[in-house]
Amino acid sequence: MSIEISEVSRNTKLLIDGVPFAVEDVNFVKPGKGRAIYRIKMRNLFDGVGREITYHSGDRVEEVSITAHDMQHLYEEGDHFVLMDTESYEQHHVSKNLLGNKAQFLKESMIVSAIMMGNRVIGIDMPKFVELRVVESAVSTRTDTVTAQMKAVKLETGATVNVPTFVKEGDTLKVDTRTGTYVERVTKK
Amino acid sequence: MSRAETSRLRQIKANLERRALILDSIRAFFKKEGFLEVETPLLVPQAAPEQFIAPFAVNGWFLSTSPEMHMKRLLAAGYGNVFQITHCFRKGERGQLHNPEFTMLEWYRVEADYMGIIKDTERLVLAVANELGLGSTMRYKGEDIDLARPWPRTTVSKVFRKAAGWDPVLRLDPERFDLDLVDKVIPGLSKNRPTVLMDYPAANASMARLKPGDRKVAERAEVFIGGLELANAYSELTDAAELEKRFRNVIEETDEGELHRPLPRRFLKSVADLPACGGIALGVDRLVMLLCDAAFIDEVVAFPQEMA
Repeated sequence: MSIEISEVSRNTKLLIDGVPFAVEDVNFVKPGKGRAIYRIKMRNLFDGVGREITYHSGDRVEEVSITAHDMQHLYEEGDHFVLMDTESYEQHHVSKNLLGNKAQFLKESMIVSAIMMGNRVIGIDMPKFVELRVVESAVSTRTDTVTAQMKAVKLETGATVNVPTFVKEGDTLKVDTRTGTYVERVTKK
Repeated sequence: MSRAETSRLRQIKANLERRALILDSIRAFFKKEGFLEVETPLLVPQAAPEQFIAPFAVNGWFLSTSPEMHMKRLLAAGYGNVFQITHCFRKGERGQLHNPEFTMLEWYRVEADYMGIIKDTERLVLAVANELGLGSTMRYKGEDIDLARPWPRTTVSKVFRKAAGWDPVLRLDPERFDLDLVDKVIPGLSKNRPTVLMDYPAANASMARLKPGDRKVAERAEVFIGGLELANAYSELTDAAELEKRFRNVIEETDEGELHRPLPRRFLKSVADLPACGGIALGVDRLVMLLCDAAFIDEVVAFPQEMA
């Protein structure tokens, strides 16, 4: 929706050249008899990079509605995840690329927060920590160094993490999705 | 009352007490000078046509953006020197230095030109500072500002050539003018002295007369102190035909949509009787900010827009 620049405030979401931005600060400057100048500080919602754009009174910008929805991961389909909005039950195909490295920790039936622009999912917020079961306890990897204290295990989602040697097949582990590292073994019931 | 509101109002109480003293000393100054204090309406049938000042519309009327036209009608009726402290309303003007409703001090001196009015301003600000016990030096944002008269004067042409590398009087680029003024010119003004910026391009004359002998510039001067635009003075234009032409240009250029802007006919009719005079509008909130060392207008106004 096109709006006047004077209507923009902190937290307004703008679409600029097809990219959504969140407004972080509006600096209004105006010579008494002159044009109003709006210096808008905003952050790119795709890559998190900040920028500042200067507008004049009367300029119009495109406002977009950006909303967050809880969605459940139903299943994988090729290079996509199929997620379901837990409120509307609408299903969305989401490219695995959107999740980057975190994709390997997305388990079936897990609930994530999907960031939507209109009807399109543009981002996924994973929980910071997820609990995943170990399906294979002795994995040889090319990239990870297996030390005396650590070894690599394969989790139920297919992800590989380095864990202390006491971890066994069938254990449930807490993993930090931001760093992709082992946190602790979750005590069994 | 919410705790946040109580705490905020207590925090700015010293500023508001100082604000009251400033208002007292402004009135005392003009009464001593023999000016008549007047009041003009806030609810008006037309706002002065200004390209970049938008009025609030109320039931087919407008909230006054400036008392200028009514004060000039008093002058045209022979009232002599008049002053007023009043509220003005300008739609969309909200920022660190702006609130859509603000307090303006406006005065007109018969037979004075814009530089005569600047002399009034120098004496007024010194008188107010003196009343507050500041003498002729004040401190704003960590800088000492020497208020001693006369304040340094410079022309728009000179500062723009120095700070922005072009001369708006020779050839005006209206888009660039305001941006360069804000980004390059004002930040380059003295931090320790007020600056009087005079002789604006004729296209930015507003209601000022063009300089006799140099019609490329208007007899308009602005006062800047501590980076704040404090006041805007004119040798008042008394040529009704020329004024109507300027108003019509503004109305044509301003795309106001539902906001229909009629010509202020009563005012235009009075201009024929307007005596030669100079006038100025001074932002009282800005003056209070300077004298309270406040960076934000919200520190000197009890109830700014979002808290009203």
